[in-house]
Amino acid sequence: MKKRNIILTISCIALLALFIWYADGSFDSYQKRILNLCAIYVILGLSMNLINGFTGLFSLGHAGFMAVGAYTTALLTMTPESKAATFFLEPIAAPLANITMPFFMALLLGGLLSAFVAFLIGAPTLRLKGDYLAIATLGFSEIIRIIFTNTQNITNGPLGLKSIPNFTNLWWSFGTMIFTLVVMIALINSSYGKAFKAIREDEIAAESMGINLFQHKVMSFVIGAFFAGIGGGLLGNLLGAINPMMFRFILTFNVLLIIVLGGMGSVTGTVISAFVVTSGLEYLRVLDESINLGFIKFEGIAGLRMVVFSTLLMIVVIFFRNGLMGTKEFGWDKFFNFFNRRPFSKKGVGQ
Amino acid sequence: MTFDLFMQYLTNGISLGSLYALIAIGYTMVYGILRLINFAHGEIFTMSLYFAFYGVTVFSMPWYISFAVAILMTAALGMLVERAAYKPLRESPRITIMVSAIGASFFIQNLAIVLFGGRPKAFPNVRLLTGVMQIGAVSLQRLTLIIPVVTIILLYTLLFLVHKTKTGMAMRAVSKDHETARLMGVDVNRTITITFGIGSILAAIGGIMWGAKFPQIHPVMGVMPGLKCFIAAVVGGIGNITGAVIGGFILGVGEIMLIAFLPNLTGYRDAFAFVLLIVILLIKPTGIMGEKISEKV
Repeated sequence: MKKRNIILTISCIALLALFIWYADGSFDSYQKRILNLCAIYVILGLSMNLINGFTGLFSLGHAGFMAVGAYTTALLTMTPESKAATFFLEPIAAPLANITMPFFMALLLGGLLSAFVAFLIGAPTLRLKGDYLAIATLGFSEIIRIIFTNTQNITNGPLGLKSIPNFTNLWWSFGTMIFTLVVMIALINSSYGKAFKAIREDEIAAESMGINLFQHKVMSFVIGAFFAGIGGGLLGNLLGAINPMMFRFILTFNVLLIIVLGGMGSVTGTVISAFVVTSGLEYLRVLDESINLGFIKFEGIAGLRMVVFSTLLMIVVIFFRNGLMGTKEFGWDKFFNFFNRRPFSKKGVGQ
Repeated sequence: MTFDLFMQYLTNGISLGSLYALIAIGYTMVYGILRLINFAHGEIFTMSLYFAFYGVTVFSMPWYISFAVAILMTAALGMLVERAAYKPLRESPRITIMVSAIGASFFIQNLAIVLFGGRPKAFPNVRLLTGVMQIGAVSLQRLTLIIPVVTIILLYTLLFLVHKTKTGMAMRAVSKDHETARLMGVDVNRTITITFGIGSILAAIGGIMWGAKFPQIHPVMGVMPGLKCFIAAVVGGIGNITGAVIGGFILGVGEIMLIAFLPNLTGYRDAFAFVLLIVILLIKPTGIMGEKISEKV
């Protein structure tokens, strides 16, 4: 059985690679961009799900970690010439001006710096619980944004960074996505992952079982932030321009939305819902444009898309509380059991 | 810094703090009763400004009638949000309700952009409120003195309401324990709706005075004050009305003083609130006036 599953997984990845190869050659840039965004949101969703869904820490600091990753990666990959052109108000601080690194190194450093920031933030705040933790992490994420707005000679302040080289392509984003998936699944099935889930279910019970609460919480927080930083780095180098206003609370909310819709504590749910939400937001763009039906013409109302989107969100949250998958996962065994089960026999699915 | 200048800053800080206090009361009451951060509160605040704006400019009502109507409409909106977004989720896990709250805030914000347009609008100028007066060498808008007075009056009215009336007793009972309150014959849903109504009325009064003080309104203006006022509520001790007012004053005066004494840090003005929040959470997580809650196994 185990062998079959591995073969199936590998063939799925091969199929995905084939699809990317096809898409890379024949899709237009708009479609490619949406696919890239989907993959990046999978990374972000997984990283947030590790913290919020699997460990049960209600953290709202994701935008801050993404900002750290995005700025680090962007600053390390920009050429000295484009840096000189971007920082026209105040020249960039000395050591950064001439550094240019390969994308991989920059991405890794972005993730590591973000993880380090998370460690600094987590050490004091992870003693808090529930709503207090949520609001404290939200506060830290806002502080990071405000600092980035004010450090003119490092981040170019409110003007943001422009002409960031577009290193992010489908291979990078989907490759990182697969890497994140593999790491997450391995982590969740390890003894650490079991400890995370125990903390989520009941902190006191977990502690009395000998789990070091603080250490595990910090670990989950730091790993989550590492992948959030990488996701942010990919996003920055995909868009080509970033500024502090991008990393407002609304960005955290988008990611939170993905994990809530997909199911808190479900890896596969996050993957599916990241794709649905990201591409759905693009399809709803129709609402913002004028619709011409021949005999009647509707003027497009700018912003209607977001109203419809938030309405849909409210409906899902109110009527489907556990999201798409709850804490369940999609797995090959379940998939085959679904087809093999006999409706009236007593042997149900995994009962 | 001369004494006059200091007094000028202090009065400004106190009046800003009073505005924060009024909005913070709404947060603290809702949190006290539902254990929920009402993320839509900032948006309710924004909508009160738009109601007042349209009352004066489109329906050309005199300002006092327009403001009164705006306050009532905001109260209705607050209760509507509670009924639509929070009531169906009463028994759900905390995070779901929180997402619903953020969703409601997001919805109202986007609706405001569609209905009113994203461009900032000028809030009507009311001479009676914005006129300038002189006290010694300090020149002030009348508003700067009116705001704290209104806040203190409202605070005492509210304290009377909560501690001396039957509705207030019901509120206190519900905030302790929903089930027990229900067994004692309290209509829990009605009490919660009333709480939202009162919180929204205070947000509307604060909002209108905010509009008179900073006469520019736009659909996302409520986000920052919303977050800051929640922080004020946490600093004062969440669930405690007097605490929220104290937290509001600390935040308002602190913010203005930061700018006054350290003009270099003006860009970090918004960060002050968050730093204060984190410091308070680390030193005394229950806030200045909050009660200590012990954890039961």
